[in-house]
Amino acid sequence: MATKLPSVDALVVGFGWTGAIVAQELTDAGLNVLALERGTWRDTPTQFAPSFDQDELRYFWRQELFERPAHQTVSFRNNADEVALPMRKLGSFLPGTNVGGAGVHWNGQIWRFLESDFVARSHNIARYGKSAVPDDMTIQDWGVTYRELEPHYDRFEYLCGASGKAGNLNGRIQPGGNPFEAPRSREYPNPPLKLSYPPVLFGQAAETLGYKPFPHPAANLSRPYTNPLGVQLGACTYCGFCEKFGCGNYSKASPQTTILPVLMRKPNFTLKTQAEVLKINLDSTGKRAVSVTYVDASGQEFEQPADLIVLCAYILHNVRLLLVSGIGEPYDPNTGQGLVGKNYAYQITSSVNAFFDDKVLNPFIGAGAMGMICDEWNGDNFDHSGLGFIGGGYVGVVQTGARPIETHPTPDGVPMWGSKWKRSIAENYLKTMSVATHGSVMSHRGNHLDLDPTYRDVYGRPLLRMTFDYTANEHRMSDYITDKATQIARAMGPREVKVNKRVGAYDITPYQTTHNTGGAIMGADPRSSVVNRHLQSWDVPNLFVMGSSAFPQNPGYNPTNTVAALAYWSLDAIKTQYLKSPGALLQA
Amino acid sequence: MVDISRRRMLAASALLGALPAAPASAEVLHGEAPWTGGAAAPAEAQKQADDDGAYIFFTPIEAAFIEAAAARLIPEDDLGAGAVEAGVPHFIDRQLAGEFGQGTRWYMQGPWAKGEPTQGYQSRLTPAGMYRAGVKAIDTATAQAFSGKTFAQLAVPDQDVFLGQLEKGQINLDGVDAKTFFAMLLQNVIEGFWSDPLYGGNRDMVGWKLIGFPGARYDNTPFVEQHGQAYPLPPVGLKGRPAWTRS
Repeated sequence: MATKLPSVDALVVGFGWTGAIVAQELTDAGLNVLALERGTWRDTPTQFAPSFDQDELRYFWRQELFERPAHQTVSFRNNADEVALPMRKLGSFLPGTNVGGAGVHWNGQIWRFLESDFVARSHNIARYGKSAVPDDMTIQDWGVTYRELEPHYDRFEYLCGASGKAGNLNGRIQPGGNPFEAPRSREYPNPPLKLSYPPVLFGQAAETLGYKPFPHPAANLSRPYTNPLGVQLGACTYCGFCEKFGCGNYSKASPQTTILPVLMRKPNFTLKTQAEVLKINLDSTGKRAVSVTYVDASGQEFEQPADLIVLCAYILHNVRLLLVSGIGEPYDPNTGQGLVGKNYAYQITSSVNAFFDDKVLNPFIGAGAMGMICDEWNGDNFDHSGLGFIGGGYVGVVQTGARPIETHPTPDGVPMWGSKWKRSIAENYLKTMSVATHGSVMSHRGNHLDLDPTYRDVYGRPLLRMTFDYTANEHRMSDYITDKATQIARAMGPREVKVNKRVGAYDITPYQTTHNTGGAIMGADPRSSVVNRHLQSWDVPNLFVMGSSAFPQNPGYNPTNTVAALAYWSLDAIKTQYLKSPGALLQA
Repeated sequence: MVDISRRRMLAASALLGALPAAPASAEVLHGEAPWTGGAAAPAEAQKQADDDGAYIFFTPIEAAFIEAAAARLIPEDDLGAGAVEAGVPHFIDRQLAGEFGQGTRWYMQGPWAKGEPTQGYQSRLTPAGMYRAGVKAIDTATAQAFSGKTFAQLAVPDQDVFLGQLEKGQINLDGVDAKTFFAMLLQNVIEGFWSDPLYGGNRDMVGWKLIGFPGARYDNTPFVEQHGQAYPLPPVGLKGRPAWTRS
């Protein structure tokens, strides 16, 4: 029997990026806010100290900062003809746990989506005709536009101290920036990072081919910075341990380095750690969330009531909480009925290794978002007529740091072990680089999330079941942009290249990206979306759902900036409308 | 620790009347962002200092297999030390004796099925169990094919051929999938060759020196824009490097 606790004004479930943003804004609005985090407290000097932070084995291969599948995982299958089996160890994606969530171990790749990304269905049909979007491609418009989100993108970039070069300032194209980006209202708060040799070579080669390379936008700091909350960040030292690691140098934006020093000291904010929410409880009408049930580390259950509940867990947990709480109708891919779990999507990536004889590249020098990028083939930046796909991705060299257990590429034809392999790595390690592609995934009728009929978590709840595969649209797109990556790689003049296309079915084992999206999608119409354009549940108006679960499909950029911008956009509506008159912001 | 968290909880309940006292096993953070110096420092440092070097997981028969296999996966040759000289068997022994060996982070509930390759690791065996069963099955297989010899007793060319067959899944092992075992073994050998020396492998940073990786360097700012220039500093581990403590 759960112990019932006194009510709070606002309850935040999960304390990563969106949890910290929501708590910061709602405490500013005067609410008494409680955040529940399933994991433990983490702060920079204790957990990510530079005296032990650069430890590839501990943090990446032994996965200290990530979710433990023993505690929570998903089951997975490529399609409904297979039996889903549990993801027994992490691979393809690396959800976070503990305070800061995956915001601690991200790379800091801080992109905005394109204007056309937010109207993917109507835009592509208008430009290419109805046949461009087949019946099984269940893409939708978002119900929010880029122009509405722009101030909120700007807000997050200034919170983080993003380093970059604007390519489009209020409609005026800027030399040195991304000429394809949507208009931004002002320049980045900090100039681009310094660049090591590989991205410079890529940029030079891309320019000779007539492309327009630009520095990757980075939430790694190019210089010391004090953000609008008064929190100070330091300049990045290019140690090459961003992705999958914490930053001991206060140089990568995370909840810890941007918000928590202010938020944690507020009298109207409380954080409870090791408090894992199992269920959202509704009243007898089913239209109001009255509380959550959470369990602490000893196994004791508590009921925590709140006036307003905001889900800020990772996408996979947000969606599962809706499903296990009976909120909304679960999606059925056979009938197309139901919405919760619909339009799960991911990212499709590939790479091209370039091996040089005459260039020392020092690939271990890196930062999570230090790179040069070409955006010619992202979204609808190019004419797709006759190509047989929609969507796209960026192509570039992002030198995140070649940590040797993970990164020791060898050319085609070299065995995978033994003396020849050893010699090849010794000869090539300092002289190789990789051109990467990072592409969109359109949503598809069969790709979805629901509850597994067999496998259970430690609390006896069904695991979330993921059914996902790339479709022909994604493979055609990825092959197309991989050819562009190969062209630029060859133009750099290497001895040889090795092309790593994404072939076959989606495989949950090799690391790709932690860019899972969808399942609680946003939209203008309650018949086709789980949350409205303010991320408010259509079914339960005092429940808001943050995160990439709202993406109706996944564009060709990294999601974090859009996740944060959507949170600020939603909070704007909560603060200016909802709190004055709690209830549905839009009529169903 | 207990005192600190109790003080925090008392402070929390005193400051915020609206919230009740926390349950004993949850931590309530209110009005502060606490710091606990040294709480996350790697425990390996002390373990290694106390280490006498003897195997603690592997039996002598298993150790003979690991040493023989590691010597073929990353051989000692004209480029210098291989996996054995780097301490990789010792590294794997300690990994299997610890949390990794027990698979404590992995989802290990049934039911069990082979599944598709895209569904990833589906064995019921923990890494420690996989090694225990795998080495035994391999020595059984080599004994059948090579008149009673264990893998370690085979001639080097025969070892290489056998490892190649394991890699491709061309050998049937009792109770263990050959490809799965080989992939785990190779991955662990690579880890032991290139991880920080803190974990017992990569002795004297021989793995890092072989390829030119400078290790746990904190600040590359002076070198990031020195395009095409050799990196001027020797490798360093989390506990420093031999020159700091030895002449």
